[in-house]
Amino acid sequence: MIPEPAIHRFSLGNTKLVVDVNSGALHQVDDVTWAVLEYYREKEREEIINRLQGSFPRGAVEEALAELDELCREGLLYSPAPPLPEDLWPGESQVKALCLHVAHDCNLRCRYCFGDTGGYGGDRALMSAEVGRRAVDFLLENSGPRPLCEIDFFGGEPLLNMAVVQEVVRYAREEGAKRGKEFKFTLTTNGVLLDEEARSFLNENNISVVLSIDGRPEIHDRMRTFPGGRGSYHHILPRLQAMAVSRPPEDCVIRGTFTRYNLDFSRDVLHLADLGFSNLSLEPVVAKEGGYALTWEDLPAIFAEYEALAQAYLERHREGRPFSYYHFEVYFNQGPCLYKRISGCGAGHEYFAVAPTGELYPCHQFVGRDEFLLGTVYQGVLKPGLCRQFQEAHVYNKGECASCWARFYCSGGCHANNHLFTGDLLTPYPLGCELSKKRIECALAVQAELAAAGEEQ
Amino acid sequence: MTTKKRIKTITRGTLQDTLASGGCGACQNSCQSACKTSLTVSNQPCAREGQ
Repeated sequence: MIPEPAIHRFSLGNTKLVVDVNSGALHQVDDVTWAVLEYYREKEREEIINRLQGSFPRGAVEEALAELDELCREGLLYSPAPPLPEDLWPGESQVKALCLHVAHDCNLRCRYCFGDTGGYGGDRALMSAEVGRRAVDFLLENSGPRPLCEIDFFGGEPLLNMAVVQEVVRYAREEGAKRGKEFKFTLTTNGVLLDEEARSFLNENNISVVLSIDGRPEIHDRMRTFPGGRGSYHHILPRLQAMAVSRPPEDCVIRGTFTRYNLDFSRDVLHLADLGFSNLSLEPVVAKEGGYALTWEDLPAIFAEYEALAQAYLERHREGRPFSYYHFEVYFNQGPCLYKRISGCGAGHEYFAVAPTGELYPCHQFVGRDEFLLGTVYQGVLKPGLCRQFQEAHVYNKGECASCWARFYCSGGCHANNHLFTGDLLTPYPLGCELSKKRIECALAVQAELAAAGEEQ
Repeated sequence: MTTKKRIKTITRGTLQDTLASGGCGACQNSCQSACKTSLTVSNQPCAREGQ
């Protein structure tokens, strides 16, 4: 389904912005133009002028109309939707990345854990070195001519199985070199076991890290506890700080979750920034039930909080102590191509998760859901039809996305969340859509402000 | 950034242009689930050589 030409206009503070959905152009407009856009393309010119005559002089409205006409001619407003590329998936799919569940066990018992506090609905288990090596072979054999392969060590808590992490890194480098392929590694950890030895290994092997912390101590400790119920904040904080100062920010993401218990989550982001962390992300919890789950009633508070965070983000930039907030870092000129924006994350065909047993799933969030078991690293993919379903679950095949202005920013959202909430890969998770759209508006607004500030200097 | 009297163009759209160059697939895998930090594909830089 090829969508219609469309724009989206929104304001943040005093800034009024217009996105041309299909080209990605972004414009800041004045009050007159903002008002004209209410009727532009809907009403005749004279009617627009008449409707606005009580608010703006005729000459100003005519100027705005002329400028909008010019943008349309330039292809920067109401531009036509691009066609679906025929070669969106050329030939055989190539695997880019694996998420290795090296440990289906965890030393924390976070209350919102989607992975059943480590076990993913099954037995607690560690991946063997043999399965780890076979996963590397699977990736090398199925990555086609790609020169770069990615492996993410995940869990549970991957540092519970450090010996296998080390063996996989060694083996991947050795086998990759034989085939002219490089590996990029990432490890996601709660920090409990992040001692000097682990830190040295991660740094010496250039393994990017994603470190979990939710913000203020009382917020973190309410959700992220040890098995006995004790909060983990004070145990992990010095370990995370030691890690962060030893790495460039781009290789060390600080990642937290906010829930219904901290709808004032901008304070948690700022708390993390004040602790010296500079590359931050705080994500909305994904949960269907529980007192911490986000609800539709929470949206006004969450929207206001994203706006507050956007203002704080800009203030810190102006004060010369900026931090990076992942969802606000939208690239205007070097963002992904349309192919990537249409196709999304690649789960189920470019990206797989590997359970400790070697079983393959479309991604880490599907692990343990039997209907999504795709095969094993030994047998390969046994359900190519299911892989195809994931391939086809792109923006142009999702009905709701055709009328959504944000489709080329969010790429239709997360397959796992969509399926969890709607039972369908092609139907987006509606609450997630609302959060995503608000974040994107804030991102565009802050980047527009920063671009304008840069221009003035 | 181009400025008219009433409209300032912050960024000109480039999405359509990328159709001509095709998708090279060199970009990093981009998880869109909250637990892996992403949700938006647009905050990932293009990895095509020469960008």
